[in-house]
Amino acid sequence: MSIVQEPVREAVPQGPLKTPFYPRVVKLDTVNQWHEWKGYSSPDALYCADLEYFAIRNSTAVFDLSPMTKYRITGPDALDYLNRLVTRDMAKVKPGRVAYAVWCDDQGQVIDDGTIFHLREGEYRLCCQERHFAWLQAATIGFDVEVVHETDEIAGLAVQGPTSYSVLSTMGVKGLEDLKPFGLMHVDFQGVEMMISRTGFTADLGYELWIDPGKALDLWDALFAAGTDYKIRPIGTHALDLARIEAGYLAPYAEFLPSDETVRTGRSRSPLELGLEWLVDFKKPNFNGRRALAEEKRNGSTWQLVKLDIEGNKIAHSSYIFSNSKAKGGSIGFVTSATWSPVCKQNIALGTVKAPHGKPGDTVWVEIYYQREMHWNREMAKATVVDKPFWFPARRGATPPGPY
Amino acid sequence: MTKNMDSQYDAIVVGAGHNGLVCSALLAKAGKRVLVLEANEQVGGAAITREFAEGYSVSACAHLLYQLQPEVRKELKLATRLVCEDMTTIALGEDGKHLRIKTDSVEGVSDEDAAQYRDFRKRMTRFSNLLRKYFNKCPPRLGTRDFKDLMTLGQLGLDVRMLGKAEMESLLRLIFMNIHDELTERFENPMLKGAISLDAVLGTHLGPRSPNTMMTYLYRMSGDHGRSGIPAGGMGSVSNELAHAARSAGATIRTSMPVKRIIIENGRATGVETESGDRFDSLMVISNADPKTTLMKLIGAQHAETGFANRMSHLRAKGNAAKLHLALDGLPTIEGLSKKDYAERIVIAPDEHYVERAFNPAKYGESSPNPVIEITFPSFRDETLAPTGKHVMSAVVQYAPYGLKGGWNDEAKAAFMKAIIDTLSKYMPDIEQRITASELLTPADIEREFHISGGHWHHAELSLDQFMFVRPVNGAAQYKMPIDGVYLCGAGTHPGGGVSGAAGRNAARTILSREKAA
Amino acid sequence: MKTYDAIVVGAGHNGLTTAAFLAKAGLDVVCVEKNDYIGGATVSRNLYKDWWYSNCSYVCSLLRPEIYRSLELHKHGLQVTPYGGSLTFMQNGDYYGSYHDHEAAYREVARFSRKDADAFKNYSADTMRQCRLIRDFLLRTPPDPTSFKPRDLMELIRIGGKINEMGEDRIGETVRFWTMSVAEYLDEYFETDVIKTALSASGIIGTALGIHSPGTAYVLLHHYMGDVDGNVGSWGFARGGTGAVANAIAGAFQAEGGELRTEAGVDKFIVKNGKVAGVALDNGDEVHANVVVSAMDVKRTFLTCMDKSDLPEKFHNRVENFKIRGSSGKINIALDGLPTFPALPKDSPLYLADMHFTDSMERMERAYDDWKDGTWSKDPYIDMTMPTTNDPTMAPPGKHFMSCFVQYCPREINGREWTQEDKDGFQKSVFDQISNYSPDFKDLVLHAEVRTPQDIENEIGITEGNIFHGELTMDQLMFNRPVPGYAQYRSPIDGLYMCGSSNHPGGGIMGAPGANAAREILMDLKRPNTVPENFGDD
Repeated sequence: MSIVQEPVREAVPQGPLKTPFYPRVVKLDTVNQWHEWKGYSSPDALYCADLEYFAIRNSTAVFDLSPMTKYRITGPDALDYLNRLVTRDMAKVKPGRVAYAVWCDDQGQVIDDGTIFHLREGEYRLCCQERHFAWLQAATIGFDVEVVHETDEIAGLAVQGPTSYSVLSTMGVKGLEDLKPFGLMHVDFQGVEMMISRTGFTADLGYELWIDPGKALDLWDALFAAGTDYKIRPIGTHALDLARIEAGYLAPYAEFLPSDETVRTGRSRSPLELGLEWLVDFKKPNFNGRRALAEEKRNGSTWQLVKLDIEGNKIAHSSYIFSNSKAKGGSIGFVTSATWSPVCKQNIALGTVKAPHGKPGDTVWVEIYYQREMHWNREMAKATVVDKPFWFPARRGATPPGPY
Repeated sequence: MTKNMDSQYDAIVVGAGHNGLVCSALLAKAGKRVLVLEANEQVGGAAITREFAEGYSVSACAHLLYQLQPEVRKELKLATRLVCEDMTTIALGEDGKHLRIKTDSVEGVSDEDAAQYRDFRKRMTRFSNLLRKYFNKCPPRLGTRDFKDLMTLGQLGLDVRMLGKAEMESLLRLIFMNIHDELTERFENPMLKGAISLDAVLGTHLGPRSPNTMMTYLYRMSGDHGRSGIPAGGMGSVSNELAHAARSAGATIRTSMPVKRIIIENGRATGVETESGDRFDSLMVISNADPKTTLMKLIGAQHAETGFANRMSHLRAKGNAAKLHLALDGLPTIEGLSKKDYAERIVIAPDEHYVERAFNPAKYGESSPNPVIEITFPSFRDETLAPTGKHVMSAVVQYAPYGLKGGWNDEAKAAFMKAIIDTLSKYMPDIEQRITASELLTPADIEREFHISGGHWHHAELSLDQFMFVRPVNGAAQYKMPIDGVYLCGAGTHPGGGVSGAAGRNAARTILSREKAA
Repeated sequence: MKTYDAIVVGAGHNGLTTAAFLAKAGLDVVCVEKNDYIGGATVSRNLYKDWWYSNCSYVCSLLRPEIYRSLELHKHGLQVTPYGGSLTFMQNGDYYGSYHDHEAAYREVARFSRKDADAFKNYSADTMRQCRLIRDFLLRTPPDPTSFKPRDLMELIRIGGKINEMGEDRIGETVRFWTMSVAEYLDEYFETDVIKTALSASGIIGTALGIHSPGTAYVLLHHYMGDVDGNVGSWGFARGGTGAVANAIAGAFQAEGGELRTEAGVDKFIVKNGKVAGVALDNGDEVHANVVVSAMDVKRTFLTCMDKSDLPEKFHNRVENFKIRGSSGKINIALDGLPTFPALPKDSPLYLADMHFTDSMERMERAYDDWKDGTWSKDPYIDMTMPTTNDPTMAPPGKHFMSCFVQYCPREINGREWTQEDKDGFQKSVFDQISNYSPDFKDLVLHAEVRTPQDIENEIGITEGNIFHGELTMDQLMFNRPVPGYAQYRSPIDGLYMCGSSNHPGGGIMGAPGANAAREILMDLKRPNTVPENFGDD
């Protein structure tokens, strides 16, 4: 070989990358609180997490979704491929529709959840938190299908809140009035195609916009120009997470761990344990985890995800859950996400408890530690297991949506 | 697709290899209505006799019988006539000084080596007897609470303990060792070490220094303590005998009926479709094909779960053993051999380093420039195989890796052929003049002609990570695929390849006992 | 003449660990060492001007944190600093760097293959699962599967239970992992040759196996199961060189009243009526004790320092058959400045990484073929580090110490001893390889020390200079290590114990064999146990 005299390439960048919307987001940032999200800088908050939250529930909040992992799935067997991959029946998801789905390993343990966009006949996009290319590739064995990792090729914005329909209409989006929840449409934005889906992580009226990164800044500008009168606000992760808990949505690394990353036995969860039985279609002859889940259904699950309405106002961060106020018999589970719901004025939490505990209507007890001026207190708070999301307003599903 | 009206069977066996035939015969004997579909014109799979040049016939793949399990023989009342029995292995030396290795003794080495050899064989016999017992059982599932599985595991633990402390210690060490170290610990004579290490590596992608080769050696011994024989009429006779047993028990065997796919409906097997478009129905389809072919081609990986399909895609099954057939106008001259020695098993593996060096190129997708060779002259005692006065040489030659860089084109085959003839000529100076016709089957040819992925002797590499509980892969080690109604009975399952019938018998017994339990 | 409670033979890190825990239990302990320095292969040596060489072992990760904490090694001067990533130079001028920053590491792999980038987490999780299993065994004595003693049965049941709880699927994966080759293991995750190559090295370092040899996947664990401050799998340098580890353990030993005697090589163990009575030193002196612990490798202990007649024949044969194979060498270099690597950007953080120059699986395996043929690899695998990019104490300011671990390198060249010419050839193979990527390297070399397995054997005393005191193949692990029936640190001679790396769990600067031996000795002496248990991890 010849002696190496100079670099043949640039080094890969160190530290978080900037999303296509970053130049605009950073301009509106006043608090400089950022974290890394799948290799990108993402704001915790941009001016005040509490106020940002109210943008979601009161006007329009804009959240930069670009770091979401995205895969394009195409080919003659795309539907069959997805049907084997996820637990629900994808044949029912027609072009122009979006499906929330979970996928499992052979043991029926959840690898991740995400949304699948049926973009056009036989053409899908899978959108999720984690990266799964190795698994998705392995799943192609036996199928005529192509899976392409396209995270960097699509910029995404969540536009959520009661005035979001008005903002987008003002921006000039036509036909939005007919778009139902979990529907998607393609529109022209300044000469490029933009995909709009009526989806979100907030359980409120809202949309997600997906576009070529080259057009990201123009989209932002148009959106904020149209939204000024509707009190449009950029938001960070903290506000979104609050809304997410009110909606009762799952977050990986909180409500479950991707099963392919767990090292210890029994730390993953099945869809049945996560309250997602409605997503498992045993009528399909084969899908990943089917055998194990059928067996679990016969024999009973170990865990049960619960939504808790907790008395008092002390937030139950990481609390142990007990079946009685005296903590007798040891804990039956623990809280995975907790918050004070500003809109419901409720002390709410998601948690995981050992079956058969955790049926809707059950009473459980939550051990809460809280500090007041250097003083730690412990409280056993009574909590009720509820089966509906804490927040699920009628406007979320209204079609056509109201003006605000 | 034409639906055969009279086509409802209790079981359809895909492939009439010897394991498929054993499995069919046993199921038929148990009263099952069995249909066997074979792609080739002859039954037997890789255990057949066929003409490779006008007037010359040979066992096309497997040519020595040394593993056929007594249980199979007994249950199917086989009475295979052998023309050569308890064959001596003659390890050729270039100077005409050869070693003669019998089952439990060796000639041509120092007294110390001879004594060590006896001791070595004694211990190997003890261990291979133990293994043989488990080779004739369905491997238990690990990590289950199933009583029967736990019993089998407990029995295995007990049997190992019953060997006694010293022998148990040896077994638990030896099973992980390579043959090279064991031979170095015991023997001086390089030819002896070469010949024994050849036995350990034949049919595998391993060299004598590779850990696991003690296990592969024990595997080879697990039949009749390594005693080899040649059936009259070649290996095809054994298959014909098995086919006869199956038919007598009521099984239907149809040849030239390649199966295109196993039909999966609503998540379970419901029958098979042949290449010619015929459909046969059965709720039980037993594949004698290798596990990879079974899943990827016959079933379709889409009918399995991703983890399982992925695991199967990683199953290592790339053969290294080529088969050479020579039509000879007379026996070649080998210095130092008497006439009757041509009835024995002759090996070229002059020392263990030679064997290891033959293996090295295989790691890089190259064939051995100095191959190791196992030779028989089956026509010597069997006049049906060649015209009078003429002879057939049948040889297994290693290493000819399936994944040869550049592929097995004519040029590559010619180059390997030359390497073989050059090697043979060192011991048989007149061999080249004697050849009137020849046939070289590389693993690529074996794959094509016998439908074995990778052309692998064992359908799947025989090594500890693809052995017993995890053979061929997790989730299919009990002869059942994780798709309802599909079973495996070929060499890719426990215990492995060779004309032993163990896999076929175990599969049949497992299927019958499951049915009984249900 | 004074009789000690215990004599420890060999002041390597394991000998010192045993000695320290025995002293901590109140025993009167002397540790005898043949060289005029302590540490054995865990040593920093001043062989050239103001340079300190970690001239045998050179990195630290495996040292059990339980031992570190229990012996308060920080009070005795030990400080382990993690180092920056890993780097493989490629023949086409490119390189594959593994960065500390998780996302940078991801991007680097994704340059080659997005699938490989995503597969990394699966590889890590699956490997970590095996690590967790083995880590639990480290500070425990392996049970004897042939024994019916309650303690052995209980431990067997405990292990069985631990394995059983993994469930069918993961048990199957475990069985495969423990028996397959590192090359095949990596093939199941990755498609990029250079990435597989970079990872595969951990499967063969210190062994006389190639990456395609079955059993090498397990060896990965010996490089992954360590941690620096709970950061599992990461590696660090001991400040002041590797000798700081031995010095700190020696400090702990002496603080407990232990006595250290250097230049006191043992000629023979004194055995009377099947019981050990002490040791006879090379200089003719005798030291007496009823407990003698050998930190030497098992071959040196029983074949060199003991009469065959004192040992049961079967045991003797098994020790003879124990495989300790010289497979790696070392070149220690004093540099006049930091060599440049033009493939890297000038300010690359990878200058702090350990560097490698083998970029394909085929080159890796071919290096092994040379060893099988009885010679050093002509295109060797080199693990090159410059601790001085991190540690200011080992060389004068602006100067550097470079450590090259080189594989493969046999104990003998085709059955004969090494000559100076061989050593020069060996050095040339290494220097030429580095120079291909660092044109100014050769000019910066002020001094180089070449250490073949033969040199290490002669100076340190380890048979064949093997870093693990014995191959890490399944036939020599757990209850088979060093020999079946003697895997519990006791020898056939009453009072004679073994505490070196030939014992479970094996080599690397781990301290576990030393600690485990101390526990067994204290148990036999009915003394309170001073040896810590594994930190739990559930």
